[in-house]
Amino acid sequence: MMWANGSQFFAMGGYGLYVWGSIGMCVLAVATELGALVLRRRACRQQPPEFDGESTQ
Amino acid sequence: MPVHRINWFKYAAPQNFFALAGRLIPWFSIAAAVLCVAGLYLGLWLAPTDAQQGDAYRIIFVHVPAAWMSMVVYLAMAFWAAIGLIFNSRLSYMLASAVAPTGAWMTFLALWTGALWGKPTWGTYWVWDARLTSELVLLFLYFGFMALHAAIDDLRRADRSAALLAIVGVVNVPIIYFSVQWWNTLHQGASVSLTKAPSMAPPMLIGMLVMAIAFWMYCIAVSLARARTIILERERHARWTQRTLGAA
Repeated sequence: MMWANGSQFFAMGGYGLYVWGSIGMCVLAVATELGALVLRRRACRQQPPEFDGESTQ
Repeated sequence: MPVHRINWFKYAAPQNFFALAGRLIPWFSIAAAVLCVAGLYLGLWLAPTDAQQGDAYRIIFVHVPAAWMSMVVYLAMAFWAAIGLIFNSRLSYMLASAVAPTGAWMTFLALWTGALWGKPTWGTYWVWDARLTSELVLLFLYFGFMALHAAIDDLRRADRSAALLAIVGVVNVPIIYFSVQWWNTLHQGASVSLTKAPSMAPPMLIGMLVMAIAFWMYCIAVSLARARTIILERERHARWTQRTLGAA
């Protein structure tokens, strides 16, 4: 293990802002991408059905 | 002995691909999550501080995988676009559209993390050197592909036009890759290549490779999930999609 304690880990040798800013943006990007995909799927489900053939009932 | 062949053309049918992708997504997602945790543990917790760059170098554990994927995903997009143009298969176009947003995210992340690495290491967030500029062009190619596709109402024409753009733009990928050799860039050359021994300490290298595989798995999982949504959007006239949509 590299770090003596948690605060050293978060400080990243003085580069904390840059390192965590990079990791954080990756997390944010993944969350946004997955969120957008969920919304897109939901919008698709909520659209009224659109048949080109006979009714299935 | 009978040889069992998988009939790959079966999966060119959106309905069959939809089911296959649905079975594959959990495995790729689990692999992505597990490898990401392991890779970050290796990279941020176990790997030693770099003698020259200090702990700022740890940004490479996300920067390099994102940059690799930004190019790999573009190649995948251009590949499916070309298959679509050659065989006129609907699913190929859908796959090209499915990977585009993920590629754009990877390109954005490569630029963002690169900027945050550049500030402490080079003293600047951005320079107009060949590597950075060609990566920015890649981002605009993804935007152009998505914008062009969205701007044309007739789906078949949108597919073909965007496919053409994707194929023409593929010339940018070798430019990005070789830019550090062809021009005198501020961006450093490759630390990892197939032809020479890596110039990195083993824990750093392993952490980066684990993260690279994690990014691969994530890109595949999210692209398959988006492909399924696109299939549902485009095939809503078919009875099987109505059953699928109605069931959930």
